[in-house]
Amino acid sequence: MILALVTHDDAVIEETAFQALTMARQLAAELGADFRAVWVGDAPDIERIGVYGATTLHHVTHDALDDYAPQAWGKALAQLVSSLSPKAVVAIGSDRGNEVMAHVGAFLEEPMVANVRDVTPGPEAWEMTRTRWGGSLIEKATLEAGVKLLTLTEHALEATPADSPVDLSVEAFTPDLGEADLIAKVTDRVTTSEGITLATAPVVVSGGRGVGSAEGFESLEQLAGLLGGVVGCSRVVTNNGWRPHSDQVGQTGTVVAPDLYIACGISGATQHIAGCKGAKKILAINSDVEAPILMSADYAVIGDLTEIVPAITEELRKARVG
Amino acid sequence: MRVLVCVKRVPAPGARIVLTEDARSIDTNLLSFTVSPHEECAVEEGVRLAEANDGTVTVLTLGPPQAEEQLRSSLAVGAHEAVLIPTDGEDWDPISTASAIADAIGELESSNGPFDLILFGNESADSGGYQVGIRIAHALERPIVSGIKGIDVGDGRVQLRRETTTGSEVYELPLPAVVAVKEGINLPRYPTLKGRLNAKKVEVQRIEEKRVGSGQKMVRLENPIQEVSETTVLDDVSAVVDLLEELQMVGR
Ligand SMILES: Cc1cc2nc3c(=O)[nH]c(=O)nc-3n(C[C@H](O)[C@H](O)[C@H](O)COP(=O)(O)OP(=O)(O)OC[C@H]3O[C@@H](n4cnc5c(N)ncnc54)[C@H](O)[C@@H]3O)c2cc1C
Ligand SMILES: Nc1ncnc2c1ncn2[C@@H]1O[C@H](COP(=O)(O)O)[C@@H](O)[C@H]1O
Repeated sequence: MILALVTHDDAVIEETAFQALTMARQLAAELGADFRAVWVGDAPDIERIGVYGATTLHHVTHDALDDYAPQAWGKALAQLVSSLSPKAVVAIGSDRGNEVMAHVGAFLEEPMVANVRDVTPGPEAWEMTRTRWGGSLIEKATLEAGVKLLTLTEHALEATPADSPVDLSVEAFTPDLGEADLIAKVTDRVTTSEGITLATAPVVVSGGRGVGSAEGFESLEQLAGLLGGVVGCSRVVTNNGWRPHSDQVGQTGTVVAPDLYIACGISGATQHIAGCKGAKKILAINSDVEAPILMSADYAVIGDLTEIVPAITEELRKARVG
Repeated sequence: MRVLVCVKRVPAPGARIVLTEDARSIDTNLLSFTVSPHEECAVEEGVRLAEANDGTVTVLTLGPPQAEEQLRSSLAVGAHEAVLIPTDGEDWDPISTASAIADAIGELESSNGPFDLILFGNESADSGGYQVGIRIAHALERPIVSGIKGIDVGDGRVQLRRETTTGSEVYELPLPAVVAVKEGINLPRYPTLKGRLNAKKVEVQRIEEKRVGSGQKMVRLENPIQEVSETTVLDDVSAVVDLLEELQMVGR
């Protein structure tokens, strides 16, 4: 049996969780094993899970699981694993997926391999390909364990529904949770509904050290506004206090995948590229012909961004009027 | 208030990662070393909490003897004590790392009293296992939350804030507690000359620990296959505008 954890935020399934369901189904098919899913907490979204071909949904219910509690989720899943003895448990490598699976690993005293892209099961050891450095480096690893615990790198594969519909049966499971498991639990939520966010914007106009100052971002704001996008930046910029960290693109910032990423005065360090390589097109504006960003860019303008960016805005405005 | 912060020495590769011949590590000949930005922020947060609560900060790392450099960098920005668990330089798996650090914490606490707060980075910069802090919290039987971007300490408790795609979540833990933080929780200070000089005077405590090992083994590293993109060089601003129109980016 292969078990997939369906991660959700207050009963809204994380979009990338369907990628983990897809991987678990493929793995089960390869092993001729049963594919089942797990939901922790209230209101399982049975309809959307069913499409992915699991035969059973184990619904973990408990009075205290009315909101997210990482250790309690981990304990419940560990207890379910002990009673079902699956070959592997798969979750998505989101913050939540990684966090819960690490707790499962700690409870079961088994390894947990985070951000796996590909798995080749073997009789004893399984071969895994996982990502390091936010995706800038690949690691080949082997895993021997009673139960293989892993998370799937987000966007390593596309979520695809099962070919044929399967009747999903729901089985309730009540875990045995102690007080200590429930200390860390969401006590309050604050919803900040912004319009388009950095993570979802179709266009990101991003600035690096080359922008030179906080004020320098004014012209990037204007261009982003005209293109229906938002402003992003590099770590040098946030470290200098020119922009808030919420604007940072990269390994320790936000991962973006816009239709167009405009990198202005950004050199193209691996840790920055880790955050924008999912963009459909990259346009680099840089004064240095040798800048590494050009290796990742589809288009480039060589020159001073403080002249080029305002000039583009100006031309676009003219075109609009004319 | 006693705070412990765990940091990991990693190379700081630039635009290309070059591997060693056996492909088991990064060729660091021409590289400098650093810690994850998340961990830099953990150190800064620890120092701020210690300043506000009349406390002390201890930094700890498990790594080669050269990792003393990263401990000194933390001392230079305000940490008070430093602990090294020496290794032969090979990267340890998460279970071995967590087990060794948990044991060392036990030793430190039995001689100097418990840490009120233990801070980690959300994930290490290189191996990114997302778990060392969580395993240590389990070993110490203390609560932990990861991915934290706001910490408020008061009255024997700590209030934590974590960002989600739609807003933020709030947690409240009793002390002693463990927290894994993310970059953005603060803007770390730069070391002062005085800080650097003070850092040199601190003696780094060494604690030897065994590598317990686990069923997870690194075999080799690879550079991902790069889709080499043909770069079209645009000669002037009107070529850029033409491109934006062609990509249908204009007037949406
Ligand atoms: C573990 C780790 C995690 C990291 N995470 C991130 C992350 O999430 N995001 C991130 O961005 N970085 C991250 N970094 C930092 C990263 O390594 C680089 O230091 C950073 O991305 C460099 O920022 P930059 O390109 O703005 O600056 P530089 O590297 O200094 O590049 C500036 C560029 O601007 C160009 N330029 C200068 N003036 C002009 C001008 N007038 N017109 C046009 N071009 C000009 C220059 O030619 C140069 O290419 C991380 C580092 C580590 C070690
Ligand atoms: N070798 C190490 N020495 C000290 N702390 C470490 C070490 N490895 C990991 N950590 C800590 O654990 C966090 C999570 O690491 P990881 O589980 O590898 O992603 C890191 O951000 C560090 O705070």
